[in-house]
Amino acid sequence: METSKPPRQRETQDRRREGIVSEVEGFNERGRGAVRDQELHDSVSLFTNKAVAARNAVLHALPEAPELRDRAYHIKQETMANLDRYLEQMAEAVEARGGNVFFAKDGEDAVRYVGDLARRKNAKVITKSKSMATEEIELNHRLEEDYADLDLEIVETDLGEWIAQLAGDTPSHIVGPILHMNRRRVAEVLSGAAGEEMPPDVQALGTFARKRLREKFLAADIGITGANFGVAETGTIATITNEGNARLVTSVPPVHVVVMGIEKMIPRFEDLSVFVQLLGRSGTGQKITVYTNFVTGARGEGELDGAEEFHLILLDNGRSKLLGTEFEEALYCIRCGACLNVCPVYRQTGGHAYGSTYSGPIGAVITPLLKGTKEAKDLPHASSLCGACWEACPVGIPLHDLLLKLRNRQVEEGVRGKGETLAFKGFENTMKSPALFKISGKVGRVAQKPLVRDDSVRPLPGPLSAWTNSRELPPLAEKSFREIWKEGI
Amino acid sequence: MRVALFVPCYVDLINPEVGVSVVRVLRRLGVEVVYPEGQTCCGQPAFNSGFFDEARGVARHFLDVFERERCDYVVCPSGSCTTMVAHYYPFIFKEQPEVRERSEVVGHRVREFSDFLVNVLGTRDLGARYEGKAVFHTGCHQRRELGKLEEPRELLSNVEGLELLGWRNEELCCGFGGTFSVKMPDVSTAMADEKIRALEESGADTLISGDSSCLMHLKGRLRRTNHDTRVYHLAQILDGNFGKAG
Repeated sequence: METSKPPRQRETQDRRREGIVSEVEGFNERGRGAVRDQELHDSVSLFTNKAVAARNAVLHALPEAPELRDRAYHIKQETMANLDRYLEQMAEAVEARGGNVFFAKDGEDAVRYVGDLARRKNAKVITKSKSMATEEIELNHRLEEDYADLDLEIVETDLGEWIAQLAGDTPSHIVGPILHMNRRRVAEVLSGAAGEEMPPDVQALGTFARKRLREKFLAADIGITGANFGVAETGTIATITNEGNARLVTSVPPVHVVVMGIEKMIPRFEDLSVFVQLLGRSGTGQKITVYTNFVTGARGEGELDGAEEFHLILLDNGRSKLLGTEFEEALYCIRCGACLNVCPVYRQTGGHAYGSTYSGPIGAVITPLLKGTKEAKDLPHASSLCGACWEACPVGIPLHDLLLKLRNRQVEEGVRGKGETLAFKGFENTMKSPALFKISGKVGRVAQKPLVRDDSVRPLPGPLSAWTNSRELPPLAEKSFREIWKEGI
Repeated sequence: MRVALFVPCYVDLINPEVGVSVVRVLRRLGVEVVYPEGQTCCGQPAFNSGFFDEARGVARHFLDVFERERCDYVVCPSGSCTTMVAHYYPFIFKEQPEVRERSEVVGHRVREFSDFLVNVLGTRDLGARYEGKAVFHTGCHQRRELGKLEEPRELLSNVEGLELLGWRNEELCCGFGGTFSVKMPDVSTAMADEKIRALEESGADTLISGDSSCLMHLKGRLRRTNHDTRVYHLAQILDGNFGKAG
């Protein structure tokens, strides 16, 4: 053991800072780097294999799972068709329970609301439980920059999120934010926070984290959470966690702020029975997670717990423009992460290759939809369209079909290269004409002659090198099937 | 029983022996086989790349060719191309009810090879022989859109001498994905490598699939990495035609 040495801080890119300009153009390039990173590959494999096995086991043990999935889809469909009404109902219910409701058009709106609130409350410490919506709007970073004078200490309290925060990193998975880090790397990061070297021992690291986070929970002036579900009927916010940190974030500080994407809405309290059964099973392979919290408004008279002040921020940030479009199903997502775990692309690259808050198939779908299709041009192509995502989705979102539609949207918007556009025009013309198709085959056979060796086409320059750099290319056969057929089989 | 053969474009040009085996197997079972010579491609490459207009152009040609053919079924030795016609033609013609209806009529007649053998003809044993330990790769369209998982396995389980092995994470995509294989070549190749690692672990000496496109990808990577694994399309195994490895 090299305990005498000071803790070594590995050079890491500060993805949190870089995130502002989210380079979503380069999936190919980032993917190339990722597939060569054996440590990353091992970490991602370990997590995804376990998650998939656990999910399969627990879903197979639930015979009504297909019916639940179907119900979930239809509940979401009905919700989106009437979202305006449900949002209003939710707002009224929250206000009736002494809460405040704010509709945020975008991230900027939401950040301003939280920042101004922190100023009014003279807040110093803010605790947060894991929330992808606040990652999406880069809430922590924006508060630190735009409200620098408040000198806020914002602390993530989900263990993985906290480690990511300490490392200047961003989550690489919706449910397992630091699955890309192994135990040794976690020990490095926590050693940095502790100011002394800590061994990569789970017990020791956990004890340190618990002690440090407890101090923050007790010192917090404001607690911020996301919402797994928002119930329109009752104004209830559901948070589904395994660490219990959300409970301490919502009940200890005097002020509780919820940042909820508007698509997290469900109409009725009883609908939770459908979604809670699906979420834990799909996300982590648990029948139910360790903590299932329901918070309805501020602490009422005679109630023993809950924040004195309750603020619900309903975040749009590009979501409402999908309503009523062919992409509406993207809003049905409950952020379980199952599509990431089964995705053969994600399993090779991990989440950071997507260069966006949301990774995997759902990230490849919603990133261009929320940011604009000209923004994340590579992401709809970061898929072999195998459909494993659709199969795993507990709400039945046809993710691979949405990716196809996004690719088509790019063509319609004219953002694809001229070369590719011409190539497919040529493809169409060739395939519409049997004569041309036959001739192309014959020409190809002659042209390939000098290149064929040992039943394989020699590595080619130009666009086909993308194939031949790593794989053998079979030559065209000496006779096509149609020629053999003509001669007689 | 009269069947119109739908031979995918790459099988026509690169793996004609697969088409030959399909014809021989069907004839052995007393099926009358016709080959509509006007056929070219189902249009999937354009469709998968988002060029729906171009795909529709090719799809209309496909419908013209196969509507003219008097037959009980259209049989295709590819789960992927079958899916394009049966599942995705109605999808791309959603806004054109007339063509959509035509595509549904043709789509109902299109059957993937193993599906046709098992579920239409009720054949499970073709009396084939093959000496080897094999893993079977189910193409993703065959697995998820068509949901025909058991048919190829049933047919292979009756091949004498062939031992069909399980392999780790067999539901994972091979990484081909059409243009994906050249747009994201490194990730695509890494996906093939994961399949190949699982194949090695299984102890198989043969890889079989119902889709020649997956095989082209996996075989291309196997050969580049100096694996001599035998690679065949299901039809070749059932036909006992191993003159040229698929």
